[in-house]
Order: sequence, then structure tokens, then C-alpha cells
Amino acid sequence: MIASIGQFLLILSLVTAVVLMLVPMTGYFQNNERMMRTARPLSYLLFTLTLTTFLLLVSLFVLQDFSVTYVWQHSSLALPLRYRITATWGAHEGSVLMWVTVQALWIAAVARYSRSLSLSQVSRVLSVLGVIATGFLAFVLFASNPFEITNPAPLDGRDLNPLLQDFGMIIHPPMLYFGYVGLSVAFSLAVAALIGGQIDEKWIRWSRRWTNLAWAFLTVGIILGSWWAYYELGWGGWWFWDPVENASFLPWLAATALIHVQAVSERKNAFRGWTVLLAIIAFSLCVLGTFLVRSGSITSVHSFAADPFRGIFILVLLAIYAGGALTLYALRVNQLRSRDNINLESRETMLLANSLIFITSTFTILLGTLFPMIFDAMGKKISVGEPYFGLMFFLLMIPMAVLMPLGAQLKWHKDQMSTAIKALTPHFFIAAALTTAAYFFFDTLNLRATAGVFGGFWIASTSVAQIIKFPGKPNAGFVGMSVAHLGVAVFLFGMSMTEHKDIEKDILMQPGQTSTVGGYDFTFNGVTQVSIENYQAQQGSIQVSKNGHDIVELNPQKRFYPKQQQPMTEADIHPGLTKDIYVSLGEQINQEGDWAVRIYLKPFIRWMWFGGLMMMAGAVIALFNRRNKRQERQQVDHVMKERLGIS
Amino acid sequence: MTPTRRKRLLLILMIALGVAVAVAIFLTAFKENIMFFKSPTEVAAKDYPINRNFRLGGMVKEGSMQRIPNSLKVQFVITDFAEDVKVEFEGILPDLFREGQGVVTIGKMTTQELFTAEDVLAKHDENYMPPEVNDALKKAQNQSPNYNNGSN
Repeated sequence: MIASIGQFLLILSLVTAVVLMLVPMTGYFQNNERMMRTARPLSYLLFTLTLTTFLLLVSLFVLQDFSVTYVWQHSSLALPLRYRITATWGAHEGSVLMWVTVQALWIAAVARYSRSLSLSQVSRVLSVLGVIATGFLAFVLFASNPFEITNPAPLDGRDLNPLLQDFGMIIHPPMLYFGYVGLSVAFSLAVAALIGGQIDEKWIRWSRRWTNLAWAFLTVGIILGSWWAYYELGWGGWWFWDPVENASFLPWLAATALIHVQAVSERKNAFRGWTVLLAIIAFSLCVLGTFLVRSGSITSVHSFAADPFRGIFILVLLAIYAGGALTLYALRVNQLRSRDNINLESRETMLLANSLIFITSTFTILLGTLFPMIFDAMGKKISVGEPYFGLMFFLLMIPMAVLMPLGAQLKWHKDQMSTAIKALTPHFFIAAALTTAAYFFFDTLNLRATAGVFGGFWIASTSVAQIIKFPGKPNAGFVGMSVAHLGVAVFLFGMSMTEHKDIEKDILMQPGQTSTVGGYDFTFNGVTQVSIENYQAQQGSIQVSKNGHDIVELNPQKRFYPKQQQPMTEADIHPGLTKDIYVSLGEQINQEGDWAVRIYLKPFIRWMWFGGLMMMAGAVIALFNRRNKRQERQQVDHVMKERLGIS
Repeated sequence: MTPTRRKRLLLILMIALGVAVAVAIFLTAFKENIMFFKSPTEVAAKDYPINRNFRLGGMVKEGSMQRIPNSLKVQFVITDFAEDVKVEFEGILPDLFREGQGVVTIGKMTTQELFTAEDVLAKHDENYMPPEVNDALKKAQNQSPNYNNGSN
């Protein structure tokens, strides 16, 4: 019953999205105000419908309705309530429905918070968002319907994959989708502007807020994913350069380039075309990422069930969105030509350089991700792994780290490079001194770690100085930028230390045995059998101590979920500001109770995630930026002077 | 040339140089860091990179798994039901490693007969078969005269 209502509402949502796609846009072209006015109500209706549909699917899980195929495949009678709720988005069908719901939420938000735009602008934006919603709703309905019925209904379900029975599942996917789908707003704004044929400052300032918000969500989504993988997968890694991770990282890189270029194009009539193009690229990468994840065409640890039809469907959507937008771009690019001159020695140039670095990184990682597919088509099987991505990203981040403080130091419009460099020189030595200190304090660092730590100190030192020396009262834009840049510094430091100074030991331990790893003593006190909720576990007891002082007792588990007949490793972690102690169980080696135990020491790993959270916070703070009238007038004066050739 | 033009030319040259360097680095990094996937049949035909890591995938042969006492060393055989390769690994095997299941390992041939794995890859889902392994098994089935349909 509920399933049929859900099915019906899904169809109704699709119809609403189609109407939203067609009517306001037609109204715009015929200059029909009544038709354009339908855009907002239709958006609210679409959101109400998709949200209700989504909640119906949740209730099917809560009520354990196994007549619904998707429910019995991913739930069971033994599954605790909280995981029954999260199971809704635990597999393909439900996660796409969630995607659509989040999309509709963004559409409704745009409809609600667009008072400052003209009716013709709003109707165009919402219509373009309607195009995207239509595509994905059709995808849900025709290629991944979560409301399909199994008759007769099985008595019990197949249960949720144990790895997904975790707190991380509650927050990581929703956050990631908010970011992913949020980029569709930036995309739609760009396309709507192309249709209208003109972009002004107000338009870009407005779209910059939305991009910032989407970027903040995407950042926190990726951070949560990394943290989750670290504690849940039981082997202590935080980033694997897996195609699915790349699928979220690629749009992030492009969006990072985008928010930096927008900083220029909202002030000047420059880089407008580039801004539009980056918005198109960022969202196209989201769709491409979805294709990679859902089509099963690339080997990945994240295995959504492979289905060629779904792959082709998304590929067609990608072709329509990206192809359509790029065609429109090609037609309109002449009207977007910059009218303001950009001085070489100015912040504008640095922001352009930033976007070039980030877009180069994007394509480098995209190539690495796609190459296995290309080779596959030629009959060769290859894989591109961490060594490639790690090296490339390291090299590309060098110019980023070098130029970031310089960009923040240079003034808008026109400045002197030599003055800026002179102002930054002391910080070079401060960073060098701190790096040397770190080198000896942490008992040598390798080349990459040294470079990373230096980059961290360099960015931190300059950012702090720029905050102290900021003339007048800092505005939210400046504070946001500084916080985000300090976040980059914290991230760089944490990442360099974790990657290059961690200790990983796999040890065969007998009950009662003590092993020393990195100055800590680990005493293995055997394994006991425990039974919790819907699983049984062999729980190890490992006492950690240093110089005879007990620190903590860690209880890693080897879980067994009878329903899925699947074992799972649950690590136990003693988190710390400067060091995580990470212990997980391998397997029992023999009858005497000897176990294979992983013991990891991960220095400063939390700094990495904390740095990411600072970047997110920076983007959120920047949302509250209100450029005051005086600044705006000054800027207009600058631009007018420039145009008139007065200096 | 006016100063502005000279600056602009300089900028363009700098970008071109940057792109060239990036491409050069990319090609080098790529050439040195891609990893080939080989099936036991290909390994038996000596078609594998020497002294370089590659991925070896297939099924873990039933009854082939052996532990070396008092260490974390294990030996097992990866098969595509046409040819076998002996694999040695020291460390902790992933949760879903089992005899009779698909597996992908990373490592190199240390002798003519022995593949020393540095990594044995885990999958999140036990119903999931790595696509390369699937293809390799199909190929062996269709092309190899030694194929014995997996019943051993």
C-alpha cells in the first residue's frame, strides 16, 4: 500500500519536474509573466513530493515491509531501528532517491532565497534545475525504482551490509549528496545566465554564495568519508585513491577552482567565461562520478551492483547536461568576453593561477581514474594506484602552497610583486626554521614529509601575519579566507606526518605476550566471545602502556553477522591530539589462541580532518560577507579609472 | 612591444612552460606507476613484467592455503582453472579472503614459480567479483586446453 503510494508520488514528482522544466522557460521566451510565476510554486511542490516519497521509503524500512524488493534486499528482522532508517540510502536505489530529494531541497531553497533576482532570472534558473531533476527522477523511475514489489514477500530480509551498520552511514552520504547536488545550482545559474546572454556582478555574487555552500558540504562529506574509512574498514587508511573517492574529489577540485575565480568575476568584468565554464565542469564531473560509481565499469572497493543499463542512462544524462551546456557556452562565449584589464601583478592573476593549478589537478586525477577503462577497451588490463596519484598530487600542490600566501598578500587590482615578496620573505625563514626544528624533533622526515610540513608552516605563518596586519575591521570574506587557508596548513601538516611518520605493524601475538611498538607496550590478554545486538564478536583485550604506566585498554572486535554470513573487523582506536593508537584483530592463527594483530600508530591524523573542517568553516563564514557600499564605490572608481586610462 | 603586451606574452609563455612541464611529469609518472593485471595463464606463459609489481588475480584454489608456523606468512595458490600460480604473503589477510573465492593480489614474481604479494585486496561485499578476475576466468575457459571447469 505504502509502496504503491510511493510509486505514485514518484511519477507525480517526475511530472512536476517536467512541468518545471518546460513552463517557466517557455514563459521566459514568450515573455509571459504568468508562466514565469509558476516556477516558485512548482519548486515547492516538487520538494514536497520528493520528500514525502523519500519518507515513505524510510517508513517501509521501519515497518519491515519485505514485499518491497529493495527493503528485503537491504534489511532484516534483526536489524536495529537506527540502521533500518539508514539502510534507506544504503544501496543504489534508495541513494538515488535521496539524491533527487536533496536536489529538490536545493531547488526549493533557490526558489525561496532568490528575492533579489528578477523574475526572468529566477524562472530560468529554476527551469534549468528542473531539467536536472527530470533526468534523475526518470533515472529513479525507469532504472532504479526502490518501490518494486516482490511477490510473494520473503519472510525475512537479506540484511544490510555489516560495513554500513555504522554511525558514519548516518551522516556521510547525506552530507556528500548535499555538496554533490549543490553544485547543480552553480551549474544551473551558469546555464541560465548563458541562456539570458549576460552576467552581471550581482548575478555572480549571488551564485558565489550557493557555490560556497555546496563546496562546504562537499568538503565535510569527503572528510567524513575519509574518517569513516579509517575506523571502519579496519586497515587504518584514510584515502585510497579509489575511483569512488576520486568521484567525489574531482568535483571538489573543480569547485575549489570555481569559488576562487568567482572572487574575481564578482568584482570585475573579467574571467566571466572561465567562471561559467568551471561551473559546467564541476557539475559534469559530479554526473561523471555518478556514472563511474553506479555503472560498475571500474574496479572499486565500493561495489554498487553493476548494471550496464544504469551506466548508459547516466551517460546519456551526462551527454545532455554537459553537451547542452557546452554548446550553449560556445554560442555565447563572445558575449562573455572580459572588458576589464587584469594587471599581472595583482591578486586577480594569482587567483587565475590557482584555478589553473586546480583544474590541472582535476584532469590529472580524471585521467588516472579513466585510464583503466581506456586500456580495457584496447584489451589490456591495468590499474593506476596510489603511487601515480600520490606523486602527481604532491607535485601539483607545490605551486599551490607556494603561491597561496602570495595571492592573499597581493592587493586587488594592482600591486607590486616585489613589495609582496619582500613582505613574505621573513615567513619563508620562519617556516624553514620551524621545519628544521620539526625535522629533528620528529627524528628525521623524508622529502615529501619535509616539503609538506614546510608548506604547512609557510601558509600558517603568512596567514597569521596577514590577519594581524589587516587594516581596519576584518570582513567576513577575509576571515573566511584566512580560516580556510589556515585549514589547508593544518591539513598539510597532519597529512605529511600521518603519511610518512606512521608505524604499522602486523604481529603474531600469544595471550599474555607483550610487544613494543613505537615506544608503547601492547599486552595481548586474549580474546573472549561476546554477543551484541545482531552480531557475535570475538573481542580482544589489549592493554596499552608506556614506561609501566597504563594508558588504555583497547577492545578490537572480529564481528560475525550470522544473517549475511560475513565477518567484519572493528578496530579500536585511542584517539589523541598528536597520535592515534589503532588496534585491530586479524584472524586466529592456531588452536592455542594466537592471533594476528594489527598495531598502528598514526601521528597527527586528526589534524588532517580538523584542517578539512576549518576549510568548510571558512566557506561558511564567507557566506556572511556583506560588502559595504564604500568598498563597492571604491571598486567602481578603480574600474572606471582603468577604462578611461587614467592612472 | 608595449610593456603590457610584453607582460602578457611573458604570462602566456609561463603558462605554456607550466603545461609542458606538467605533461612531461604526467607521462613519466604514468609510465612508471601503472600496474598491469595478469591472470595465471599469462604468468605461466611468462607474460609478466619482471622486477616490477603487477596485479595477479584469480580464484584461491580449494585446499591450497597453508600457514607457516610461528609467523604471519601464508602460502596459497591462485588459479584460473587452467594454470596455477603459487603465492606467498606475509601479513593479515582481508576478512573476505577464502578458498574458492576471487582475489586480487599485488606483488611480483620473486622466482620463476613464486609470486610474493605485498597486498591482498579486500572487497566490501562478498557477492562482488572483481571484473578483471571474471574476465580472466572466462578467457581461460574459452581459450585454454588445460581448463578443468573448476571442479578440481
